[in-house]
Amino acid sequence: MGSVNSVTNLGRSGVFDWLIQRVTAYVLALYTIFLLGFMVTTDVNYDTWSTLFSQDWFRIFSLLALLSLGAHAWVGLWTVTTDYMKSMAPRFLVQALCGLTMFVYAVWGIQILWGL
Amino acid sequence: MLVSLYRYNPETDNAPYMQDVEVEIPAGKDLMVLDVLNLVKEKDPTMAYRRSCREGVCGSDGMNMNGKNGLACITPVSQVVRKNKLVLRPLPGLPVIRDLVVDMSLFYKQYEKVSPYLINDKPAPAIERLQSPEDREKLDGLYECILCACCSTACPSFWWNPDKFIGPAGLLQAYRFLADSRDTAQAERLASLDDPFSVFRCRGIMNCVSVCPKGLNPTKAIGHIRNLLLQRAT
Repeated sequence: MGSVNSVTNLGRSGVFDWLIQRVTAYVLALYTIFLLGFMVTTDVNYDTWSTLFSQDWFRIFSLLALLSLGAHAWVGLWTVTTDYMKSMAPRFLVQALCGLTMFVYAVWGIQILWGL
Repeated sequence: MLVSLYRYNPETDNAPYMQDVEVEIPAGKDLMVLDVLNLVKEKDPTMAYRRSCREGVCGSDGMNMNGKNGLACITPVSQVVRKNKLVLRPLPGLPVIRDLVVDMSLFYKQYEKVSPYLINDKPAPAIERLQSPEDREKLDGLYECILCACCSTACPSFWWNPDKFIGPAGLLQAYRFLADSRDTAQAERLASLDDPFSVFRCRGIMNCVSVCPKGLNPTKAIGHIRNLLLQRAT
């Protein structure tokens, strides 16, 4: 019996990555449904939009969705790169770029959400 | 009937090529694909393929027939032939040794990884290790696998990572021993499967289920393994 070692995936273990992928999918689905519902039921203009984003619970919800997007994308793109990029150097480069992008998005997202 | 055959002999050919052969099918008969291959071999003895029991028990003649993997000996020509043309290729994703014969080393290596044998650290009883009929029933749909490799070579996850992803055939056997009430190594077996490749490369597209000549369901077995891993980790 021998398992396959990996240090670049999100959670080190297969079941952790799998669980994160599922849980974040539910968060993203809820966020999308909520936003769609908001847009359908409310007259979307500057006032209603800024009122929505000025409430702490919605900022937290948005940050949760943003972090979920990052984790979800990391697990997914990590899988894609290990499927299709067989050469180590370019694969690691792409993975690093993905990681950097998600980090920037997360920090930038916090700045935007609490800077409104 | 026109039979298009994948031909490759590394000693004489630079590259694989498709060879068209016209085969006379006896009127009013629906032959098995293996019978057609035997007719081809009568004409051209250099055609290489594996076969043994010719009744779907040994699993030697797994091949790709008009785009779908299966056992040539139990696949009627009428079931796969389209526009009176039969296209025969080796199982996809494995190195070709010659014509329809593939090198199954990687497939067996993945099978070996799951320790496909009973592990029991308790002293052996005088006669045999007993099992209740209910416990025995849990092995149905798992033990029947003949390791023909039709499923694993139909799986894109196995094509991309044949050295890391165990594949449907190996995972079906992994669950066969995880589900066995007489096995005492469940914890070790699960620990060896909890990485991002061995089990979790399965994306559940169920190609394995659609091609299995024995009608087994590796996707379901993989789901059971995932649930066991989840129970262990949460």
